[in-house]
Amino acid sequence: MTKKIKLSDITDMFKDLGDVEALEGVTIEGDIELDISGGGGLNPALAYALGHETAQISLHLANISRMLGYPIDQVFAGTAAPTAGIAAPARLNELISSKFEVGNVEEWKHTIQEVTLGATSADGGSRKSTVTLGGENALPFYFDAEMPHRNYVTMDVFDMPIGMAKAVKMNYEDVINDPAEWAKKVVRDFNADMVTIHLISTDPLINDTPAREAAKVVEDVLQAVDVPIVIGGSGNPQKDPEVLEKAAEVAEGERCLLASASLNLDYERIAKAANDYGHAVLSWTQLEINAQKELNRKLMKQCDVPRENIVMDPTTAALGYGLDYAYTNMERIRLAGLMGDDELTFPMSSGTTNAWGARESWMVSSPLKQDSDWGPREYRGPIWEIVTGLTLALAGNDLFMMMHPTSVQVVKELTQTLFGLKEEEPIDITNWIGAEV
Amino acid sequence: MKLNSPLQAYKFLPGTNCGECGETTCMAFASHLIDRSLKLTDCTPILDDKFKKKYAELDGLLAPEIREVEIGVGDNIVKIGGDDVLYRHKLTFFNQNALAYDVWDTMDEADLVARVEQIRDFKKFYVGEYLLLDMIAVRSISGDPKKFADTVKKVMDTTDLPLILCSFNPKVLKAGLEVAGDKNPLIYAANKDNWQEVADLALEYNVPVALFAPNDLDMLKSLAKTFLEMGMENLVLDPGTFPTGKDLRTTLHNFLKIRRAGIAGDRDIAFPIMAVPLTAWMAHDDPVSASYWETVVASVFTIKYGDIMLLHSIEPYALLPEMHIRDTIYTDPRKPVTVDPAVNEVGSPTADSPVIVTTNFALTYYTVESDLSSNDIDCYIMAVDTDGIGVEAAVAGGQLTAAKIKKGLDDAGFDLKDKTSHNTLILPGLAARLQGDVEDEVGSNVMIGPPDSGRIPGWMETNWPPEKK
Repeated sequence: MTKKIKLSDITDMFKDLGDVEALEGVTIEGDIELDISGGGGLNPALAYALGHETAQISLHLANISRMLGYPIDQVFAGTAAPTAGIAAPARLNELISSKFEVGNVEEWKHTIQEVTLGATSADGGSRKSTVTLGGENALPFYFDAEMPHRNYVTMDVFDMPIGMAKAVKMNYEDVINDPAEWAKKVVRDFNADMVTIHLISTDPLINDTPAREAAKVVEDVLQAVDVPIVIGGSGNPQKDPEVLEKAAEVAEGERCLLASASLNLDYERIAKAANDYGHAVLSWTQLEINAQKELNRKLMKQCDVPRENIVMDPTTAALGYGLDYAYTNMERIRLAGLMGDDELTFPMSSGTTNAWGARESWMVSSPLKQDSDWGPREYRGPIWEIVTGLTLALAGNDLFMMMHPTSVQVVKELTQTLFGLKEEEPIDITNWIGAEV
Repeated sequence: MKLNSPLQAYKFLPGTNCGECGETTCMAFASHLIDRSLKLTDCTPILDDKFKKKYAELDGLLAPEIREVEIGVGDNIVKIGGDDVLYRHKLTFFNQNALAYDVWDTMDEADLVARVEQIRDFKKFYVGEYLLLDMIAVRSISGDPKKFADTVKKVMDTTDLPLILCSFNPKVLKAGLEVAGDKNPLIYAANKDNWQEVADLALEYNVPVALFAPNDLDMLKSLAKTFLEMGMENLVLDPGTFPTGKDLRTTLHNFLKIRRAGIAGDRDIAFPIMAVPLTAWMAHDDPVSASYWETVVASVFTIKYGDIMLLHSIEPYALLPEMHIRDTIYTDPRKPVTVDPAVNEVGSPTADSPVIVTTNFALTYYTVESDLSSNDIDCYIMAVDTDGIGVEAAVAGGQLTAAKIKKGLDDAGFDLKDKTSHNTLILPGLAARLQGDVEDEVGSNVMIGPPDSGRIPGWMETNWPPEKK
């Protein structure tokens, strides 16, 4: 069992040694929680020395986004070109010329509802930009019909420090106690299209922060960034309605997405808050298409939420932990929508961050002795979030709630490539076999 | 397949309800033929000579829309293709896509053997079985037939995994086939220039062959039609995998078009499709970036209709997601989501053994179960009925509550005071917020375990047995 130590403990260990500038031969292994918030008295030089390895990894991961889309010169070995001429008697001397044909899907006659998040000053808000989801007439990236809008990413911000995988946490250590700075950072440095502020400290079992106080944090975030935002509660079904009501009130007119209305809480209050203060509602169900229909129906019929204010979250399970259900559930929902089930013709959102719950994304090594070596987790984590996200992108998901900057870059790169936004130097694959890779 | 209902299949069966297939009636057997959960050969009477004609006819009607192609021989044989639907929820996808990793003929011998061994031996335990890699692709970089043959030989000395022999030069392919011809390798590839010579090789050695027509579906179909005409049915189609930009988008469209046409009944194009995510390495020189992008491309084409895949990176951070996304897409959606709610034994628990609570979501349950059994922990594991929802979501959604846990214990007739010396339940770390409720409702002690069951062994070292109160 790995011994858990805190960085501040290490500082204590070395505090009598004077100025330590570097630790030679030190590698960081095991589950080290870098607990920057606790303790104080941290020696910055020591932190740097200890952080060196993680700094290198983050640099490497940052390189990925920089490298994306930059084709290199193709290096081929001198493979001999296939020689023409008849080596042996062929049964046919001419190709049977044939034309490939395929039709479009005729049953896709309906358009997914467009939902715009964020309001600019022209519409009574203070956002500089808005995000429009939905509008599809086919499965995503298909040739049957162009997608009208690309996919968007909203990055998670929390109103208090929370436990995170090491690979995630090292990106946020400087802002972990300041949601406004955190929000700024994801927009400025990590290219987030939107910000999700999770008011988790309001949970009575955590800090029980009063709703009014939590609403202050929402105001701070709205001040700090000018992109559209998602407002999330703590997930406590008793407290969330009150928290989201207060948050909706202070954010009046900004067209935020309130997360979430669900069947196990008082969704009417959340719907009413959205209607009263001009926001959209995230309709969240758990991997069950009929429950999704039921909740959407209730939001529309019972609570009078306009169609253009509903986004669905049919639940995201991580790669290896139920992504098959999440994928197929979303694909079925989208197909039903395209074929005219008007209880399901809404854009979708995914809590892609759930990928970090998969042990493959954060554990140092496999807990099972019989497994092959899992390799460094710093590279495993982001790709777990990426593959979870891209899978749901192919099922029709529109908006991604994500956490790791590298994952965000790669998911954006892929979805925008498949959308058709990315111009790249064509790569000649005619003789890929001989490529020196 | 050309049949939609059990009745259509039933008409061809002997109709004696003999029960030899394991079903009580021929009608029941017919419905299993339609959902492809039993094979026609499971009906032994119909194999009799007098039913020969009906057998042949029904066999033809039941054949999957996309042809099945076998590569390799013996225990490691790889089957690809064989699908009947465009969406997995309509039935299921059959024959998971084969993952092939490359070696090349300019590698020095020690590196070659080490790489093949890594590919051969990589494994990950998952829900009761191992995820494994399937194939080795040997690429000719030198263009030298002898070098290629030597490399193929060395690979065969190291592993029985099926092979893909890769060269556009028929002489090189022939040299490879002289070594590996009786192992039914896939030869890659016939293109518009070399197709006659490659066809000769495929016929001579009776091996499956890949057809390569980068971004030219007319040419791809022409090649397929021509090879079919020459009597070859074991074909694999490669429409080219362009790794970046608009060309990647076009590549996706090509895959979608080929499969849609094949399922719709265009027999000339109804073959397994090959993706080559390895081309990502032609777009990125940094190995981490290239591995990442290769994994991304591989995932896209695992989800959308790639049946066999040629890859380069063997870093675990590439292999693990590639194996898992494949499992994700090819898992039969008809399999149960849940296990029966119960209190089960792992190993040989005694009154001093812990009682560990989890949900009845099959994936969660089997993960916890394998973490416990593979670490030789004797214990009770309790699957609470959460409607098949995992721990974190079930706590949030109200499917995992103190009352549910109480009910689960009662239904299982598991009295903690009677069955254990410690009267203690261990809740998952992600259900920590239920602690007080469970203590009140069940009247037992409650300990909070780690958030991930992989950490139970370490948790046990410091927390078990509980201190006597």
